[in-house]
Amino acid sequence: MIQSRDSAGLRTRYLARLAGRKHFIQGDEAAALGAIYAGCSFFGGYPITPASEIAEVMARELPNTDGYYVQFEDELASISAVIGAAWAGARAMTATSGPGFSLMQENIGYACMTETPCVIVDVQRSGPSTGQATLPAQGDVMQARWGTHGDHEIIALAPSSAQECADLMIDCFNLAEEYRTPVIFLMDGEIGHLREQVVFPDPDTVTLTPRRQAAPGETVFGGQTVPPMLEFGHGGYVHVTGSTHKEDGMRDVQTQAVHDRLVRRLVAKIETARDRVARVDLDAQEGAEIGVLAYGATARPAKGAVLRARAAGRRVTFIRPVTIWPFPHRQIGAACRSLRRLIVPEMNLGQLAREVERFVTCEVVPLGKIGGVIHSSSEILAAIQEGGR
Amino acid sequence: MSLRELNDPEYFDAWAAAVAPADRPPPDPEYGTRDPLAGLLDADLTAGVDTGPAQHRLLPYLRRAILPTTFCVGCGGGTVLNAFTHAVDEMGLDPRQMVCVTGIGCSSWIPSPYFLCDTLHTTHGRAVAFANGVKIMRPDLKVIVIAGDGDLAGIGGNHLIHAARRNIDLAVFLVNNFIYGMTGGQVSPTTPFGVRTTTTPYRNVEHPFRIADVVAAAGGNYVARWTTYHPFQLMESMQHAIAKKGFSFIEIVSQCPVSYGKMTNMSDPVRILEYFRDVAIHVEAARGMSEDELEGRIVVGKLVERDRREFGAGLRELNRERREALGAELAPDAAPEAAGEGVEDR
Repeated sequence: MIQSRDSAGLRTRYLARLAGRKHFIQGDEAAALGAIYAGCSFFGGYPITPASEIAEVMARELPNTDGYYVQFEDELASISAVIGAAWAGARAMTATSGPGFSLMQENIGYACMTETPCVIVDVQRSGPSTGQATLPAQGDVMQARWGTHGDHEIIALAPSSAQECADLMIDCFNLAEEYRTPVIFLMDGEIGHLREQVVFPDPDTVTLTPRRQAAPGETVFGGQTVPPMLEFGHGGYVHVTGSTHKEDGMRDVQTQAVHDRLVRRLVAKIETARDRVARVDLDAQEGAEIGVLAYGATARPAKGAVLRARAAGRRVTFIRPVTIWPFPHRQIGAACRSLRRLIVPEMNLGQLAREVERFVTCEVVPLGKIGGVIHSSSEILAAIQEGGR
Repeated sequence: MSLRELNDPEYFDAWAAAVAPADRPPPDPEYGTRDPLAGLLDADLTAGVDTGPAQHRLLPYLRRAILPTTFCVGCGGGTVLNAFTHAVDEMGLDPRQMVCVTGIGCSSWIPSPYFLCDTLHTTHGRAVAFANGVKIMRPDLKVIVIAGDGDLAGIGGNHLIHAARRNIDLAVFLVNNFIYGMTGGQVSPTTPFGVRTTTTPYRNVEHPFRIADVVAAAGGNYVARWTTYHPFQLMESMQHAIAKKGFSFIEIVSQCPVSYGKMTNMSDPVRILEYFRDVAIHVEAARGMSEDELEGRIVVGKLVERDRREFGAGLRELNRERREALGAELAPDAAPEAAGEGVEDR
């Protein structure tokens, strides 16, 4: 537990009050309170629909836990300050939506390269560009994966309920520390603004992954798959650079082997974590030939459609990846082995469906819907029935 | 500041002829070809012993293993590093309590990697933005940004003025050499009007920022301008900026004889320094002079000093107040909240 800043148990009592009641709140608010639970001590933000409520809750609540909320001049500054704060000891985060997420991409790459633990919430809205600013979408799935330039791996989780916004946010912070990497919390506008019952766990049951600090002699930028950090102000003379660097952090941009070793390790550290990080909510049905794979808000009507189809006597498997990146291909490949056809509804034109296609043997039917309107369960049910013929 | 004449080759030649008569001794043919640290560092590193009196007393402040610096011969970066290191030494600062934050460009290399403290070498333009996060979390550390005109006045200009407005306790040193030097000499937001660069091959048709004046208008508690001709004044100004609470800013007019010099006939660093000497005018002397009279002059000295509330102090005070209130709310003997249905609508 991160309790060092907790004078006289104030944080414990504050969290106990949060846990002691049921909340009827939006996904955005749940995500913000989840971050407080996760020990977030720095939030750098910039207002944007549909993520502004996260900033508002953080501005209200962070002073209660002696954390700092700062609204910056833009999203470039927000992500920059988040990374700076992380190196100065913060569990730091920002929250934005598509346009701001686009602006943050360069420094998300910097966070990957410098192995800076931080959490970036992207409450996806309909794009490209300003698009339908107030309406939800899932169009940033591939941007979360490949938005910054160069070879890299990323961790991204997608919640399907307000409750999951809170729960997975704690996981995001823990994964960021465990793998010393930026973690993308890939919400969508539908879940961000969905108001549901949320309960917070007993603070004593929440395990927070502490930041591992380098022991004397340990290198901060290599030497092991996930090297320990050495925060500023501890006499470590740390040199942090987004340029290709050696294990001691010093720049070497000319030696092929140095770059190769560094980037392959950065990729490997997430890749080797794939099975540990990968989470899939699987509701398989014996003998099913049809499956539905959906995530985020779309998983809600998709599950509804599956239940309706089952009620009508059809056997259907339901797959919901909670971890989007690294893609849980082993679990999904196994779940689809006996299927003939997999329907993938998502609020984009088939971004994750293409990724699914790479790892399953059955036919993949993308069911993209854009325009800011979530799928109805009837639409998905119709696709299930059509697929069965 | 307008440096129109400085960048007009004809004018510059005329000026150079006037200040440097023909009987000026020829330059040392070996100038710049020798590594001033050759032998010294190798011996130091391989033997692991103090090499004695030849060692500069300020070398312990530098990351010695990567010396000499990559700065071109005649670059102003070395002068700035020298002034900065002297400033830190004279102030008695512990480098372990300092963080130098830099961006991309030659000037960012002045402290990072050369100065031995925690160094955060960030993306282009974002040094001030990163520094915000460091300073807010660790107000006990001295956080110093050194970067160039392209970085701080160009791509990162928005962060600069907002940090000044916020009055966060940073010391920002903008090394203004009027050019994107690292990329080979492209026009920058401080390049004087009419000057040729690789991307203004005919002439620059844009007006430059007077960047120290911009920062002074935006806020900040201390704003000054010096040149690399004034290393002692610069050193004192740096000490003042580092010690001063709130946002401090020094524009350091510097020379780039290579990338700036190649298109402007200004490739002799000594002559450029002499030029800085001749056109610099102290802010007190400049007071009351008209725009026309100040044309072509570099106004140096302290432009602004004030004592606005520092940002971090305000943040921390707010947190203290809030936590006192929360402590009272959550005190074990506080009146229990009315038991409702257990569902709270926010």
